[in-house]
Amino acid sequence: MEEDIDTRKINNSFLRDHSYATEADINLSVEFNHTGELLATGDKGGRVVIFQRSRRSKNQSHEPEFDYLKSLEIEEKINKIRWLPQQNAAYFLLSTNGTWSVIRGQKGYNLKDEEGRLRDPATITTLRVPVLRPMDLMVEATPRRVFANAHTYHINSISVTATMKPTYIVDIKPANMEELTEVITAAEFHPHHCNTFVYSSSKGTIRLCDMRASALCDRHTKFFEEPEDPSNRSFFSEIISSISDVKFSHSGRYIMTRDYLTVKVWDLNMENRPIETYQVHDYLRSKLCSLYENDCIFDKFECVWNGSDSVIMTGSYNNFFRMFDRNTKRDVTLEASRENSKPRAILKPRKVCVGGKRRKDEISVDSLDFSKKILHTAWHPSENIIAVAATNNLYIFQDKVN
Amino acid sequence: MMLSKGLKRKREEEEEEEEEEPEKEALAVDTWWLDPRLPAVAQAPPAVPSNSLLDLSVLKLHHSLRQSEPDLRHLVLLVNTLRRIQASMEPEATLPSVPSPPEAPGVAADSLLASSDAALSASMASLLEDLSHIEGLSQAPQPLVDEGPPGRPSGGAPPGLGALDLLGPATGCLLDDELEGLFEDIDTSMYDSELWAPASEGLKPGPEDGPGKEEGLELDEAQLDYLLDVLVGTQALERPPGPGR
Repeated sequence: MEEDIDTRKINNSFLRDHSYATEADINLSVEFNHTGELLATGDKGGRVVIFQRSRRSKNQSHEPEFDYLKSLEIEEKINKIRWLPQQNAAYFLLSTNGTWSVIRGQKGYNLKDEEGRLRDPATITTLRVPVLRPMDLMVEATPRRVFANAHTYHINSISVTATMKPTYIVDIKPANMEELTEVITAAEFHPHHCNTFVYSSSKGTIRLCDMRASALCDRHTKFFEEPEDPSNRSFFSEIISSISDVKFSHSGRYIMTRDYLTVKVWDLNMENRPIETYQVHDYLRSKLCSLYENDCIFDKFECVWNGSDSVIMTGSYNNFFRMFDRNTKRDVTLEASRENSKPRAILKPRKVCVGGKRRKDEISVDSLDFSKKILHTAWHPSENIIAVAATNNLYIFQDKVN
Repeated sequence: MMLSKGLKRKREEEEEEEEEEPEKEALAVDTWWLDPRLPAVAQAPPAVPSNSLLDLSVLKLHHSLRQSEPDLRHLVLLVNTLRRIQASMEPEATLPSVPSPPEAPGVAADSLLASSDAALSASMASLLEDLSHIEGLSQAPQPLVDEGPPGRPSGGAPPGLGALDLLGPATGCLLDDELEGLFEDIDTSMYDSELWAPASEGLKPGPEDGPGKEEGLELDEAQLDYLLDVLVGTQALERPPGPGR
């Protein structure tokens, strides 16, 4: 069953399941936990919302849904969310501006009134969600479960014990700040070898490190860099080569990097060039100066693997996101937009017209809305369910099940 | 959105420019940044940048430095780009003496334009030096630490969260031992695997489940919340674990 889903053609198969809207113009980061049971979103306003998978039978249908579970408020802008793969707890990490915090995402329902007493869920009749409004989510005949937004945690960094020492430090800061020419842009641990991690740089390089080699230095085990293409050199070469995201494949054999225009897949055994390069929106290459002017060239897009590492996904502008099938080499552009997709409707592939005659369904490069950028996406670890954050909207799409 | 409108307007201007040049497929590129004194056709990147690109970059750099939370990556990329622009302008000996165009952003930019290359380098160096005075950046290596939310122990080592294995399997190398110990006193029995089973009715506190089934969990839940509150140093004593109902 799993095999069938993975080898299915990737276009025309995703339909919109849910969407969630917020009132403020925020930027959501999204992450499934390692079982796919929970979905966490975090925004610049410091709000974390956790959704939980439910498998209630709904009018005889057994399609999965995500229920709003709880939300947390912290006083910092949230950059990234990563779940801890604990078997017996639901902890996740929040990255705020310079800090990683550990938060317990509570499973079950947290129903307390102002005095801290638990309430009988049957007595709750209103849903108080100050910012997040679930839209088109609970379309069902059975009585709704509504949950009160009850808990607020002010989370600090977990550094309670003085005995916690840094066991590994990577530092590329030079002695003189004026000599600083490169920064670390992303990092991730190997999914299986807990001593190994990679980090990427603003110059488009990736370093693989083994912590067992040494504890307090920045020596790397492997160094990945693709030689610059001389025909594509410009003043903006470095900016567009800056890596905004790096992700290990689930297998642990590959890493994927995202720079401004491409997604690259690297084999850990080959350092001199990627094994695959996918053009996300190459039509922007001739517009780099305008994108530099409006700062879009500095946008940091993320990238994700599907559960079997056969498909990779990343975002683009105009609420477009792209999927690349590594096996068939097919790719598709989809749009996360309320106007263009009704619930349960199958997403229609989109196409950008790069020159010549524009066909009826195509959109020209000059008509793209660069304020609508999809920076954060997430793919369920084992199923074809994706979460796409489009500025202030969260979309959940699932593969159509026959 | 203003961004898209601005971009569109710019493209219209570019299209007007492009129409003046020979129609070529290769010319579907930005041209306003090229030196207007030279034919656009002859200029493939990297070309001699106009003052506009330099002005723009300097303006961006100043703006970026004035942010309350400076984005180091943004700054470094800007500075490196500026250096590249400067390097390609060096053969133009007359450039520094060109009077600042009306669109020059300000005194600082004017002085940068008017100064020599060495002074330009020095200015950028000093701008970067300013970064080292920004709190948190000038201290010992601490890749994942910020400076001062209340509740953290003073002084001492950074938490070393970089050592956390974020994605490790359940093989025992999951967490640093010290971090593992952090959670030992928290009763996580409520997260035992059977409760995760999707078919479990225990997940849904419907009327049919009744309060009885939940009672034991409620106590643990309250205690867990209390412990976590203490752990993170917030509201430690405001909500003692009550009897639940």
